[in-house]
Amino acid sequence: MATSKQSAKQSEAPVVHNPVFIDGSDLTTPTLKILRQDGSIYEGAELPDIDKELALKIYDTFQFIRALDERMIAAQRQGRISFYMTQIGEEAADIGSTAALAHDDMIMAQYREQGALAFRGFPLDQFMHQLFSNEKDLGKGRQMPIHYGSSELNYMTISSPLGTQLPQAVGYAYGYKLEEKDNCVICYFGEGAASEGDFHAAINMAGVFKVPAIFFCRNNGYAISTPSSEQFAGDGIAPRAVAYGLKAIRVDGNDVLAVLKATQEARKLAVEHNQPVLIEAMTYRLGAHSTSDDPSGYRSKKEEEKWREKDPVLRFKHWLIQQGWWSEEQDAEVADAKRKAVMAAMKEAEKVPAPHIDDLITDVYDTPPKHLQDQLDALKAHIRKYPDAYPKTAGRIDHE
Amino acid sequence: MSNMNLLQAINNALDIAMDKDSKVLCFGEDVGHFGGVFRATSHLQEKYGKSRCFNTPLTEQGIIGFANGLASGGHKPIAEIQFADYIFPAFDQIVNEAAKFRYRSGNEFNVGGLTIRSPYGGGIHGGLYHSQSPEAYFTGTPGLKVVIPRNPYQAKGLLLASIRDDNPTIFFEPKRLYRASTGEVPEEDYELPLGKADIMQEGTDITVLGWGAQMEVLEKAVAMAAEDGISCELIDLRTLMPWDVETVSQSVQKTGRLLISHEAPLSGGFAGEIAATIQETCFLYLESPIARVTGLDTPFPLAHDKEYMPDHLKNYEAIKRSVSF
Ligand SMILES: Cc1ncc(C[n+]2csc(CCOP(=O)(O)OP(=O)(O)O)c2C)c(N)n1
Ligand SMILES: [Mg+2]
Repeated sequence: MATSKQSAKQSEAPVVHNPVFIDGSDLTTPTLKILRQDGSIYEGAELPDIDKELALKIYDTFQFIRALDERMIAAQRQGRISFYMTQIGEEAADIGSTAALAHDDMIMAQYREQGALAFRGFPLDQFMHQLFSNEKDLGKGRQMPIHYGSSELNYMTISSPLGTQLPQAVGYAYGYKLEEKDNCVICYFGEGAASEGDFHAAINMAGVFKVPAIFFCRNNGYAISTPSSEQFAGDGIAPRAVAYGLKAIRVDGNDVLAVLKATQEARKLAVEHNQPVLIEAMTYRLGAHSTSDDPSGYRSKKEEEKWREKDPVLRFKHWLIQQGWWSEEQDAEVADAKRKAVMAAMKEAEKVPAPHIDDLITDVYDTPPKHLQDQLDALKAHIRKYPDAYPKTAGRIDHE
Repeated sequence: MSNMNLLQAINNALDIAMDKDSKVLCFGEDVGHFGGVFRATSHLQEKYGKSRCFNTPLTEQGIIGFANGLASGGHKPIAEIQFADYIFPAFDQIVNEAAKFRYRSGNEFNVGGLTIRSPYGGGIHGGLYHSQSPEAYFTGTPGLKVVIPRNPYQAKGLLLASIRDDNPTIFFEPKRLYRASTGEVPEEDYELPLGKADIMQEGTDITVLGWGAQMEVLEKAVAMAAEDGISCELIDLRTLMPWDVETVSQSVQKTGRLLISHEAPLSGGFAGEIAATIQETCFLYLESPIARVTGLDTPFPLAHDKEYMPDHLKNYEAIKRSVSF
C-alpha cells in the first residue's frame, strides 16, 4: 500500500479527433556556435564565463593532449606500448566541458576523454605509468592503455564495456542529491554507445529521479567503422533526452566557447534545480578509432580534410591571439616544451618494472580469500621452476 | 584444398552458407561494409547485398533480440558479437529467450536457426575486456549448443554445421589464432559433426582434454611429455554442449588419467563439469585425481597475462604430476 498519494502520469497535450502522427520535424534542435574558425565571435553570441587564466589553462591542456596523442601513437607503432586511442579533433568537447565543472564534480568517461583528466591535473608521469602498465600505474597494470582513473581527481576508472557508466552516473548523482551536495556528475559517451540499452535506462532514470547529472555525448560521426547515418534514424541524440524528461542542447563540439557556455548553463540546471541535462557536441574523430584500426577502409580523405579545417585547437588559438593573451612565438615554444616533456616521461616510465606478481590476486575482493592465495603460491612455485618463461615477474618473485 | 587462416576459413564458411541458403543473414557491429573488426565478414555485403549483410546499431541486447525475432520467423541469422567480453548485454536475450524459446512454447516457436559468432580468449594483450572465455555461462544454460574450433579446417566444418543445426548455437572463435593458425581447407561445402570430440593423438598414459586455442598449447605440453616417455591421448572436445561423454570416458578408461585445460577461471569453469561426470563413468579406472589446468580465479589481467595463462609449461608439469601420482 502506498503511504503517500500517487497517480498515473497524465498528458496535458490537446485532444484531437482525427489521427495526427507526430514526427521529428515537430522538434528542431538548434546548434549553439559562439566562435568562428578565424577566431572571431558570432554577432550576438553571449560569451561563457571565462577569464585569461581559465582560457590559458584550457589551451595548455589542448597543447598537452596533442603532444601526448601524437607521441603515443608513434610509440605504439614502434612497439613500445600495445594500444592507444587519440582524441585528435575532439579536444574542445571534453576539455571545454570539464572546464565548466567544480573540481570535485565526478567525471564518468567513456575512454576518449583523456583531455578531461589532464585538465583536472593528472600528472604526465601517471599517464605514462598507465600506458606502460607498470607498477606505478594507479590501476596496477591491469587494464589496457588509456583506461585511466583517479579517485583523488574524481575521475572514475574507465571500463571498456560501452554504456555501462551511464546508469552508474545516475546513481552517483542520486547520492549527491541525498547528501545535498552542490555537485553534479558529468557522464561522457559516444553517439555509438548511445545505442546501448544502458543509455536509455540511464536517461529515463535520470528524468524520473531528477538527479544532478550532465550527459555529454561526443557525436563524432563514427563508432569504429559505423557512420552515424547507420547508427540512428532520428536527428542525433539530443531529441531523445527530451522524450525522457531531460533538458537538451546541441553545440558545435569544435567550438570550445560554445561547449563551455552550454556546460556552465547545464551545470546550473543540474546543481541548482536537480534538472538533468543532455549535451550533444557535434564533432569528428579525426584519427583512427584506435591503433588497431585503419579508417581508409570506410571513409574518405575528403571528409577528413573537411573536418581538419574545423580544428578546435587552432580555432581557440586564433581567439586567444585576438584577445592579446597568446602569440605564435609562445605557441611554438610551449608545443616544443610539451613534446620534450612527453618524450622524457615516456622514457622514464619505460624503465619502471611491471607490477609485482602478488598484485595478481589483490583487489579481486577486499582481501584475497584462501583459494586465491593458494593459487598464487602454486603459481610462484611454478615461476621459480621456469624463471626464463616469466621474465616480467621472475626476477623479484621473492622480494618486493 | 587451399591454404587458409582461421579468419579466411570462417569467411569462406559464411560465404558458402549465404550462397546456398537465401535465409542466411550476417550482421553485427561493423560487420557490413567494413567486414567486421577482424574482417571475418569481408566482402559478404558486396556479394549478397546490404539486406543480408549489414551493420547494426551498437547494442548487443538489440542484436540478439533482433536475431531471435528473425529466427523465430524461419530465417537463419548469424549474429556477430564483436568480442565475447561484450556478450553480456545480450545475456537475457540468449539465456532467457533463445535458450527457452522452443521449450516454453511446446515447440510452437523456436529459434533453431540462430547462430551467434564471437571471438574469445586471451593472449592478445587485451586485459580484462578483450580476453575472456565465457563459455561456461552458456554451457550451464539448457537449450544452447556451444561450439569452439581449434584451427581453420575445424572452424569451417563446425561453423557450417552450427549454422545448419536446428538449435541456437554459440560459436566462439579463438581470436589469438585468427591469423596465426593456418592450414589446408577444402574449398567445397562440408560439415563436421556437432557433439563429437576429436581424438588428435592416441596415447596410453593420460588423456589430455581441451578445446579452441588451448589445443595448440596442449600439443606443445604433450610433445614435452613425450620426451619424458609419457604417452598422452590428446582430445579436442569441439562441442562443449552437448559434449561427447562417450569418447572422453572411453579414453579415460584406457589411460586411467585425465587432465582438462581451459583459459577461463578454475571455479565454475567447464572442466569442473567434465570432471564430475568422468569420476562417475570412470571411477574404478582412475589412477590419479582428475587434473584441471586453467586460468586463475581473478579477472583476466594485462601486465600478468603470461603468468595467468594455463600455458604449455603448467600443463606439462600437471601431466607429470598426474602420471607420477
Ligand atoms: C558493450 C560493448 N560493445 C562493443 C564494444 C567494442 N567497441 C569499442 S569502441 C566501439 C565504438 C564506440 O563508438 P562511440 O560510442 O561512438 O565512441 P567513439 O569511439 O566514437 O569515441 C565499439 C563498438 C565495447 N567496447 N563494448
Ligand atoms: Mg563516435
